[in-house]
Amino acid sequence: MEFREHILENGLEVIAECNPAAYSTAIAFFVKAGSRDENDANSGVSHFLEHMAFKGTPHRTAAEVNRELDEMGSHCNAFTSEEQTVYYATVLPDLQTRAVALLCDIMRPSLREDDFETEKKVIIEEIYKYDDQPPFGAHEKCMASHFGEHPLARNILGSVESVTALTPAAMREYFEQRYSPGGMVLAAAGNVDFEALVREAEKQCGQWRAFPTSRQTPPTPAHQSFDFLAHDKAAQQYTVQLSNGPAAEDEARYASRIMATIFGDDCGSRLYWEFVESGLAEYASCGAYEYQGAGLLMTFLCCAPQDTQENVRRLHDMQVAFSQTGVSQDELRRAVAKTSAHVVLQSERPGNRLFSLGSNWIQRRKYRTVKETVQAYQAVTKNDIEAMARRFPLAVNTTLSVGPLTELAGPA
Amino acid sequence: MSRGLSALREFYVSPPILSHEYENGLVLVAEPMPWLESAAFTLLLPAGCIYDAPNRVGLANLTCEMVQRGCGQRDSRRFVEDLENLGADTSSSVSNTHTSFGGAMLADTLPEVLGIFADLVLRPHLPGEQLEEGKMVCVQEIRAIEDELAQRLMSGLRRRHYPAPYGRSAPGALAAIEQATMQDVQASFQNNYVPRGAILGVAGKIEWESLREHVGKIFADWKDRPQTAPPETPAGGGYEHLQQASQQTQIGMAFDSVPYADPDYFQARGAIGVLSDGMSSRLFTEVRENRGLCYTVYASMGSAHRRHGAVLCYAGTSTERAQETLDVMTAELIRLGQGVEQGELDRLKARLKSSLIMIQESSQARSGGVAAEWHHLNRVRTLAELGEHVDRLSCQSINAYLAEHPPADFTVVTLGEQPLEPPDGVS
Repeated sequence: MEFREHILENGLEVIAECNPAAYSTAIAFFVKAGSRDENDANSGVSHFLEHMAFKGTPHRTAAEVNRELDEMGSHCNAFTSEEQTVYYATVLPDLQTRAVALLCDIMRPSLREDDFETEKKVIIEEIYKYDDQPPFGAHEKCMASHFGEHPLARNILGSVESVTALTPAAMREYFEQRYSPGGMVLAAAGNVDFEALVREAEKQCGQWRAFPTSRQTPPTPAHQSFDFLAHDKAAQQYTVQLSNGPAAEDEARYASRIMATIFGDDCGSRLYWEFVESGLAEYASCGAYEYQGAGLLMTFLCCAPQDTQENVRRLHDMQVAFSQTGVSQDELRRAVAKTSAHVVLQSERPGNRLFSLGSNWIQRRKYRTVKETVQAYQAVTKNDIEAMARRFPLAVNTTLSVGPLTELAGPA
Repeated sequence: MSRGLSALREFYVSPPILSHEYENGLVLVAEPMPWLESAAFTLLLPAGCIYDAPNRVGLANLTCEMVQRGCGQRDSRRFVEDLENLGADTSSSVSNTHTSFGGAMLADTLPEVLGIFADLVLRPHLPGEQLEEGKMVCVQEIRAIEDELAQRLMSGLRRRHYPAPYGRSAPGALAAIEQATMQDVQASFQNNYVPRGAILGVAGKIEWESLREHVGKIFADWKDRPQTAPPETPAGGGYEHLQQASQQTQIGMAFDSVPYADPDYFQARGAIGVLSDGMSSRLFTEVRENRGLCYTVYASMGSAHRRHGAVLCYAGTSTERAQETLDVMTAELIRLGQGVEQGELDRLKARLKSSLIMIQESSQARSGGVAAEWHHLNRVRTLAELGEHVDRLSCQSINAYLAEHPPADFTVVTLGEQPLEPPDGVS
């Protein structure tokens, strides 16, 4: 296992974790572009652009892009988050250069008008699909309340109205603000020929024009509110809570993840024993999420509407107690054991390993081996967790509950 | 492709697949993957929901919940905590035919983890005082599905298309769970957690001889007990609309195909691959790419049981475009009957072969794969053998199959604001 890095003259960074024993080669572009970089007028454009990347370039039609990806037998897809757009493909090692060439090409899409209008319909169907699906927008609405005027308040998909109003010109303008080589990382994991990777990147991307990009990272003060939204089509009640946590740059994120595992992992945690094993809720969990300059702890509870009031009260009491009484050595040991095993198991497939590699680099410009990551979790102490629970109290949160209930009171 | 497909065979290490049937009927089937650090297991028990009495559908799911509430020397908390301390990522589920338990872990902890699951199968406490909690967990699951429209649609489609009881959904009905007693759970456990028909699939960094010995030892007390096969009644077929206030209409279509063990399975799979595998497949191209009718569309091969194969198709689209979507899907199914083309087949072969090679990176996927193959075939083919089946596919062989078995006699289920006009040729 060897880590390699190279920077093109225009600022595009190429990184790889090379494992000659792997059966596959996983390649991705990580682009610093997400909903936090949007505004009211272009809301949803990052995600729409992700779709448009597959709709053709000056060298390939949309059908040709799809055909070539399949000809290579690749496993290829893309996703958009609040602050990244990621395009990835896993192929057999001898197809590396061809896959890199194709991924590089689609990073400079044509954005043709007719393709744009057809794909707009697909995006609107995607919005409707999520509208019909649990938790019925609870997550997006809670993010909006929690972050208020902060850019992380923005919805990734946008709305039917904002997507309908988007034009190829507006998308091109956004593209020209975000897809600068300096704001992108070409990452690879698995059986990678690094020299060939750099050669192909130089050939395909060397002429890309560099331009300055910037991102707003205002502070995120703690926010506290309790709201619900009646949604009579739902059978269950879906409650989301957000509280602040360590940001991507903060080394305390390891403690925060272990804390979330102890409190709310989907098996064996405090929430599990209280709510899930007892049948009081269908699902109850807590997880840690990091962004540039901001962090979150997200608690999610899904239960019958008539049990929600009591469950929310119970959850609040558990959060207060957690900040006051800390954790046991036993809880810590189990959380570290399962997190460490998870990290190791996940990294066996290059297609999975790629995401830790690329995210680490684009968020922090750091490479961490699997072993170093495991060691960072193993170094977390009881004191670290207790300090974390005091610094980011779970009971201070933004709550939004969506479901059939027409009345719901916050914990006193 | 930059290499001939047959040359890809060198990528398969293809270790022999090892199997052993113990006296009580339990089969251990294993694929050593010495290049990994992990090991994984999949334990299939012949305890699927098809064995539930018609007024107790959901009982297998409740039994699966109850056996995890303490076994051997462990109460339910200790059971979960010991697995966590061992770093085992475990899961359980109930399908039509099986209750399955599985897990992935660092290889050196596999023997201990298997020991815990042997306790679960042989010595569960089935604590009566936790029956109400167990039922509540199952009730929550049924309620949650109410909100999962695509899942509800596909359950409806399977129920209508497969002969009963093979189209059942494991979570079952609320009334069945509410009425279930501890005696029901005990009977379900006694009748169906049996070694004959049980398959333990293991893959990863393992040593065969010691694994075989260890499994023999920990499951030695498991007594062979007879199991009764459920009676079968014909499928309903036809068209059904499920009324639901929603933005999108969910569309499901099914038609008969061959089961996994059939000699023609790969021909049928090849045809469905051209229809639905990958971004250049016909459904993705015609329904999504060219017309923008939906975000999700697919067709997949299903085997509800060794005997019944079917193709299940899905699309979700806004109400006013649902009829057009159903019409385009139907047209594509009919067109498939006219045959596939060389370019389509070449792309599909590349995808299938690449998947077969990459699956060697996952002990979890392989442990499930070898167990399922044994269930269907009573043997397991190596990845190289599967690769040869893919190599042998030709347009001629697939088209000959399609001429004999063109997609027809559709079962159609929709879920949404309005019923649709079903296509001609609904069964």
